[in-house]
Amino acid sequence: MATLQGSTLEAIKNNQDQLLDQWINSLESNGATRNLKEHELRQQTSGFLQLLANGLQQADDATGNAEEVRRFLEKLSASRAQLGHDSHQTAYFIFALKGPLFSLLQRVYADQPALLAEQLLVVSELLDSLGMHTVRAYQITREAVIRRQQEELLELSTPVVKLWDGVLALPLIGTLDSQRSQTVMESLLQRIVDTGAEIAIIDITGVPTVDTLVAQHLLKTVTAIRLMGADCIISGVRPQIAQTIVHLGLDLSSITTKANLADALKLAIKRLDVGDSARG
Amino acid sequence: MNVNVNQSGSLAVRVEQDVVLARQQARKIASEQGMRLVDLTKLVTAVSELARNTVVYGGGGDMDWQVIEQSGRIGLRMLFRDEGPGIADTRLALTDGWTSGSGLGLGLTGARRLVDEFDLDTAPGQGTRITITRWI
Ligand SMILES: Nc1ncnc2c1ncn2[C@@H]1O[C@H](COP(=O)(O)OP(=O)(O)OP(=O)(O)O)[C@@H](O)[C@H]1O
Ligand SMILES: [Mg+2]
Repeated sequence: MATLQGSTLEAIKNNQDQLLDQWINSLESNGATRNLKEHELRQQTSGFLQLLANGLQQADDATGNAEEVRRFLEKLSASRAQLGHDSHQTAYFIFALKGPLFSLLQRVYADQPALLAEQLLVVSELLDSLGMHTVRAYQITREAVIRRQQEELLELSTPVVKLWDGVLALPLIGTLDSQRSQTVMESLLQRIVDTGAEIAIIDITGVPTVDTLVAQHLLKTVTAIRLMGADCIISGVRPQIAQTIVHLGLDLSSITTKANLADALKLAIKRLDVGDSARG
Repeated sequence: MNVNVNQSGSLAVRVEQDVVLARQQARKIASEQGMRLVDLTKLVTAVSELARNTVVYGGGGDMDWQVIEQSGRIGLRMLFRDEGPGIADTRLALTDGWTSGSGLGLGLTGARRLVDEFDLDTAPGQGTRITITRWI
């Protein structure tokens, strides 16, 4: 397999400033420098060029120093993803170097057409594979960002609030898929332990569909709450939901339900009062 | 009796997330046709049950939907079809509280009670096709 000639690396080293200027120009005119600070861009471009020349020189082939170059690109991708650059803009960091490098090679090998063709091909393949690597690294970072946001959303969407002394409320909003139900149940049970609450109100006003799966999750949660010695009320059972539950054949008669949160709170306070006076 | 199909479409029901999409689709068509909130909620709940069965037991399938018209009446018809194992004992499957998994065993029977027409076509190794209709 053809490798980069020493004279190619030599030319890159000797023409660094010129390469950098052309490279940065190309990046800027293609919008690949959005939100980037001037000195950051300088640092990244010259850092990469240095790596390329050094690494390739030492390893004497296109893959030998790959590790260091790859890590450099991974870091770059991650910072681009955080800046909100898309995958094209990020990959363009590498591809924009092609033009300047090619014209440099053309000058260096002006009277050696065979060598010129070979070196162009080698440089081109090298930059292509580095560009692809950058895109892959970018995607991995994006996926990590999305996963983190999903987890944050999951937490956000289960806000357990204290309504009254001894009364917690959990307003559920949206779809109760299996993973969310698990999170919901765990955070509510944990808050009951932490606060020593005696009554928990689960409000399902924001849950558009109560099917057998949602019902099963609710029943399990209520059972767990009772096992912990606390009580549970389900509120927000609208008329259409009530009718649907009946037709589905769900038996929620063991659960205290209320049409809205206010009624549920009233009932909770009454129960607390009764409990207090009974204890004297 | 002549049945006119005014509108139709299809939706993949392969993973849990698709159950949500199937519900949303049903809700959208039903409200476009001006279905009352109670009826709409019943239909969407039936769709939720059948779509989930398609994913969980049928190994994934599709939901075909139609807005139909028959003697001046408008209705919504949905077909849930999969190429899964099929149901060996349909009488048992249509018994309240019977489940082969860990459900409540109310999905099929509940869905049947929530709609106007319910048709189950299945056999072992032949997949399952369930058609429901709710008139407006
Ligand atoms: N598409 C299908 N393919 C194969 N078997 C099915 C299919 N749909 C339902 N079944 C069988 O019928 C049984 C009853 O279904 P049903 O929906 O009533 O209850 P379930 O899904 O087990 O519990 P849930 O109350 O949560 O819906 C299932 O346990 C399953 O064995
Ligand atoms: Mg079911």
